[in-house]
Order: sequence, then structure tokens, then C-alpha cells
Amino acid sequence: MAPPRNRRPGFSKRAQYSIFASYLLGILGAVVGLLLLLISIFDPQGFAVLRTIGAEATAPVSKTLAEVGGATGNAGDNISAYFNAASKNAAMERELRSNRIEILEARALKQENERLKRLLDLDKEVPDAIGMARLISSTSSSSRRMATLGLGTTDGILIGQPVRAPEGLVGRVLEAGPTTARILLVSDSQNVTPVKRASDELPAFATGRADGTVDVRPINLGTNPFKGGDLLITSGSGGLYAPGIPVAVVIRKTDTGAIARILANAAKVSHVIVQPMFQAETVAAIKQEEIDRDDAEAEGGE
Amino acid sequence: MARPYRSRINRQPSQFRIKFIPSITVIIGSMITALPLITDYPILPPMGLLVLLSWRLIRPGYWPVWAGFPLGMVDDMFSGQPFGSAAFLWSLVFLALETLDRRGVGRDYWQDWLIASLSIIFVLICGMLIIDFQSNLLRLEILVPQILLSILLYPFVTRLIGTIDNWRVSI
Repeated sequence: MAPPRNRRPGFSKRAQYSIFASYLLGILGAVVGLLLLLISIFDPQGFAVLRTIGAEATAPVSKTLAEVGGATGNAGDNISAYFNAASKNAAMERELRSNRIEILEARALKQENERLKRLLDLDKEVPDAIGMARLISSTSSSSRRMATLGLGTTDGILIGQPVRAPEGLVGRVLEAGPTTARILLVSDSQNVTPVKRASDELPAFATGRADGTVDVRPINLGTNPFKGGDLLITSGSGGLYAPGIPVAVVIRKTDTGAIARILANAAKVSHVIVQPMFQAETVAAIKQEEIDRDDAEAEGGE
Repeated sequence: MARPYRSRINRQPSQFRIKFIPSITVIIGSMITALPLITDYPILPPMGLLVLLSWRLIRPGYWPVWAGFPLGMVDDMFSGQPFGSAAFLWSLVFLALETLDRRGVGRDYWQDWLIASLSIIFVLICGMLIIDFQSNLLRLEILVPQILLSILLYPFVTRLIGTIDNWRVSI
């Protein structure tokens, strides 16, 4: 391509100054951009309003397209499922037989669990869902892992509420607009989830790695008892997530802990459920108890 | 033609098209994240940046040096990066390209592609390091598919932008 013409302004002072000024403005733009960046690193919620406006503006398009082509995430899987269909069928039948037995066992365990729960009066433990919706888009061009949910503050969504799918934990609400909410996925590198090993309640932290896996570090440093196949569930500490939501399965041991694959792959879950904050629930329960006790005392006093 | 008697000489292209089409296409490119693509790792090319680089390299001198800042701000609204990240990085890319243009040497298509590729790699890697420098420095390989896809997509975006540019200046 030929070099642009107006690069060498000759002796015209005015042209020289205007080129100089546009350079200055360019440098100024970079400096102001850096300042904005620093502000948003130290105060991540500072520009949430602008991002919410962006999400709200594109939400109608996203929602419509999400309804039309809901299966974008697993299109590859659908195609590859046509290959190896026969061998897969045989394997599935074997699995079905073994699953049937396991289901019977699980049913027995469930009954026993219910009986024990009644004994302990723990029946009100499972929190209700605030809303159920589709993930309508995600930050698929950035290394941050966030998704947009088609529900907002008008549906009762509040910042901090946990989001889960039937398969496991998806993330938590980071920013909420009127009809959309931004979900910080478990795989985001800024998201730390308190977890425990399902088998022996060994506490650990799961930090996202931005590629569908999490880094698991045990709280007791120096020990590394993880092995492949360990199931990690939320521990409930921190008060955000209710305990017992499945999070990830350990796939590889590392020097300091383990790497685990997230169970609720945001690309594959069709619908997610927003739950109330666990701690808020506890706080409400404690308050209710106090009121009940006061009532009882008042009644006793009469 | 709806206007059979319009003049055949001294015709002017639409000023709106001339002035605003490039910015509009860049903003539409930034809005690509609104597509219902849910991915587990960064894979979608930064379309706003690709469109911007195409315009910048097809038409050197069209954008002022500071144009990366406002367009980057718009991109930050949609990309999910910390606010100011694209505004900063795109400004740096524009400064570098302007300095390169000042050398006044003619460039061919392959050199344009190389320059665009380097800019894309720079913006994507810096964008990832901005989020979390220490831990992301060790796993930059996550970006490899996205970088490759973006570099391979660039010629097609340039083709498209070239067509749009022809329409923009046509009468």
C-alpha cells in the first residue's frame, strides 16, 4: 500500500502543530486509559453501571438468539455422538444395569437420610430458588470468565447470590441490572470458592484457571492428600454458598494441591438456578428463633 | 433507480457513511460478545479489535491517533475486561502504528497482516496479564487457540471491511 500523503506537512506550521497535537491526544488517551484501568483494578465495581448498560443494551439480541439456538455450546458433541454409536450403546446398556442397582441402594439411603433428618429436625436446610433462567451470553473473547443471565433485579436477583445448575455450582452474581445479571463463573481466576472433599470433609480453596478447571489448595498447607476422582463440594464457610453443592472432580495432583474439572460446565448447562445467599438465610433463621424465644418468654410472663 | 433525474456529475458520497461507518462497524464488532456463545475458555476472536485494525491498515490516516481511546472504552463495556483495559491497549497500538506510518515506507499486504498479528498478540496477552499478572503469566498457553483463530480470521475481516469501505465511499 502506498504511504499516506499527509504525513510530511512541509513547512506549514499549522499542519505540523495539528499532527503534534493529535500525537499528544493519543498519548493522553493511553494515560487516561491506564488511569481508568488502575481505578477499575482497585475498585472492580466502580464501572459496573457502564457494563450493565452494555449488557442491557444487547440483552434483547442475546435472549432471542439464545432461545433460537440453545444448543450452541454442545454442537460439537452432538456431531461426534453419531460416531461410535454402536459401541457407545453397548457401554450405556452395561452402565444402565449397574445404575439400576445403584438407584435402589440410593433410594434406601435417601429414606434413611430422611429419617435421620427428621430426628435432627434439619428439614428446612435446602434453600429455595429465586429464579431459573438461561445463560444468554458470556465473555468469550476475554480471559475473564463471566456470563450474562437473563434475570435481573426486577426478578429479585441481588449481588452475591449463588448460581447453580443441576450438575453443580456455576458461580455467583457479580453485577445485577434491571433485566440482566453478570455471573462470575467458578472458573474465573478471580473467583475463590471454599470447598471440601466430599469423602472426608477436608477443607480447601478452589481458584479458577479460566479454562474450565480449578486449582485446589488445601487449607492445611504442607499436606497434599488429593487423588484423581475426589469429589469437591461447597463447604458453606464464607456464608455465600450453601454447603453440599457439587463443584468439581480432581483430575490431576500438583505440587501444592490439585487441579479439578468443574462439574457444571457453563457451556453445556441449559438452565441455571439462582439461590438466596446461604448466610442471609442463616441470619434470618437466627432472627426468627430470637423472635420465637421472645414470644415464648412473653407468653411465659403472662 | 428511485431518482432517475439526479445529476450525473459533481455527485458526493453520503457524508454520514463517510464519517460514521468505520466507528459503527467497530462497535458492532465489539458487541459480538452478545452472541449466545458460552465458552469455558477464551476462544472468540476480539472482533472489535480486528475490525479496528482492518480499518486502520486499509485507510492509514483516516483515524486520528487518539481514536483508540473512545473505541476501546466502548469495547470495555462489552468485553468483560476490567474497564479501561482496551482503552489503554488500543491507544498504545494506535501510537505504535502511527509511529510506524511516519517512517513513510510503503507496505504490502503480508506486512499488514504481520503488523495486525503482532498487535492482536500484544493486546490479548496484555489483556490477560492485566487481570492477574502473577498467576496468568504461567498459563498464557490458554490464549494460543484464540490468538491463532484471530490471526487466521484477520484476512477475512479485512476483505469484509474492504467491501464495506468501497460501499462507504461509493456514490
